Amino acid sequence: MTTGVLSLDKGTSRIASTVAEPVLVRLALILVSLTFLGLFLFVPLAAILFEALKHGLGTYLASFQEPDAIAAIQLTLLATAIALPLNVVFGLSAAWAIAKFEFWGKQVLITLIDLPFSVSPVVAGLIYVLLFGLQGALGPWLAAHDIKIIFAVPGIVLATIFVTFPFVARELIPHMQAQGKDEEEAALVLGATGWQTFRRVTLPSIKWSLLYGVILCNARAMGEFGAVSVVSGHIRGETNTMPLHVEILYNEYNYVAAFAVASLLALLSLVTLAAKSLVEWTSSVEQKENRP
Amino acid sequence: MSILLKQPTVLPGFGLTLGFTLLYLSLIVLIPLAGLFVKTSALTGEQFWSAVSDPRTVASYQLTFGLSFVAALLNAFFGVIIAWVLVRYSFPGRKFVDALVDLPFALPTAVAGIALTAVFSVNGWIGRYLEPLGIKIAFTPLGVLVALTFIGLPFVVRTVQPVLQDLEKEIEEAAASLGATRWKTVTRVIFPEVFPALLTGFTSAFARALGEYGSVVFISGNMPMRTEITPLLIITKLEQYDYAGAAAIAVVMLVASFILLLIINGLQWWSGRRQVAF
Repeated sequence: MTTGVLSLDKGTSRIASTVAEPVLVRLALILVSLTFLGLFLFVPLAAILFEALKHGLGTYLASFQEPDAIAAIQLTLLATAIALPLNVVFGLSAAWAIAKFEFWGKQVLITLIDLPFSVSPVVAGLIYVLLFGLQGALGPWLAAHDIKIIFAVPGIVLATIFVTFPFVARELIPHMQAQGKDEEEAALVLGATGWQTFRRVTLPSIKWSLLYGVILCNARAMGEFGAVSVVSGHIRGETNTMPLHVEILYNEYNYVAAFAVASLLALLSLVTLAAKSLVEWTSSVEQKENRP
Repeated sequence: MSILLKQPTVLPGFGLTLGFTLLYLSLIVLIPLAGLFVKTSALTGEQFWSAVSDPRTVASYQLTFGLSFVAALLNAFFGVIIAWVLVRYSFPGRKFVDALVDLPFALPTAVAGIALTAVFSVNGWIGRYLEPLGIKIAFTPLGVLVALTFIGLPFVVRTVQPVLQDLEKEIEEAAASLGATRWKTVTRVIFPEVFPALLTGFTSAFARALGEYGSVVFISGNMPMRTEITPLLIITKLEQYDYAGAAAIAVVMLVASFILLLIINGLQWWSGRRQVAF
């Protein structure tokens, strides 16, 4: 797959020199890539850690003991704990319908599932404000029944669900489509119930794609800023998620605390990338083993 | 539901799963989005036009669309090089770099925003060396460009990479043995194969940059007419209780992203067909 710089056979080296670039070009291209990535990815990442630890470990750790920070972490976990399972159920159900059956309008449905990815997070928040806000379509009715959605936790959960909506489904759909339905049909013909077929035949074969989708969905759910910012109302200790808490601290010039909470989110993203690579690696190893 | 089926099947659960999918999709996405259009339709044509075309809004379109385009171009250029390097060359830390490319997808945008601001402000690690040269990045349109480039970075790399990986070495060898120089092989043989994926990645990066909010608001300084992006303007209108005005601008943004979504689908169809035809 990767034709290494040093892996050229002696006998083919004359041809190889015409299907590979001169060493200087290679080095230059590697250097350009690493500089660009270093400038845009590595330096900002290092800066987060540096700024957070500027005044020592004690100040850093103190940032997490503040009640508002704890409340923000709790709210982020709560919103994710609701949004993630719902989107998993949706992803499984959409992928089953789309991958195992031929029906009219399937292509339209696939496009619509991807829709939340192309909507600006700000617009995602706005549509819920227009629907559930005090001036919104359902606002007066909700107010009369004393139900708060906007500037309250339900709004944050809704916005989180919206922005993470396609993640699980879009990982599962292509994978399940590629797998076809022969194995499920065989299981059913042999007398398994539909549920048994799903649990014993389908689920084991899609577990890595499912996990992959869950990892991405989780990272976005915990890190979402724009959509949540519109519906939150920024009430300290009540409707601030971790990214919103970072913003408030930053705007108050409390940089150390802001970067401390940010470093926690950055750590989460690094864990996400590591987990993602691990899943990719494990599933490719498994695929090779299963191939005769 | 079963009336939609094109062919009979023994598999169960079609009605249940499709029903739930449609219900969930409608409740979370379709009905709220439709609400946006309903809200806007309450405006007269004149009101709508004045909301979406006053000078401050137009300035924000110019900034957002213009810089998103430039950022996507930057990402297309560097993205192809990075994808090429990651697929074709081996160097220490390649796997690590490969995994790190996805950082802009995984890092919360607000965190990216404050990190980039810290690095590119006049006291920052990079900003301090640019200031003597007369280049200011944070709190200028350049800062917006930096943030938009950051968040669009993985798109081109990730669309071009698999195409390069699947490219058969034999074609290049054939071109070389027929007397093509390396440069000619790269531009005439490899590039045309990669081009549809490159275009898809470019458009995706552009679309993502258009709607971006979190990473930009910290570094841009948010000066009206100068560094104010359209998503921020929507929030400003919302905070002033100008709901209809916010909705009108949101409709413009939404239509732009729908068009881009259609283009991306078309491009994918095109590149898919090309592969089959090949």
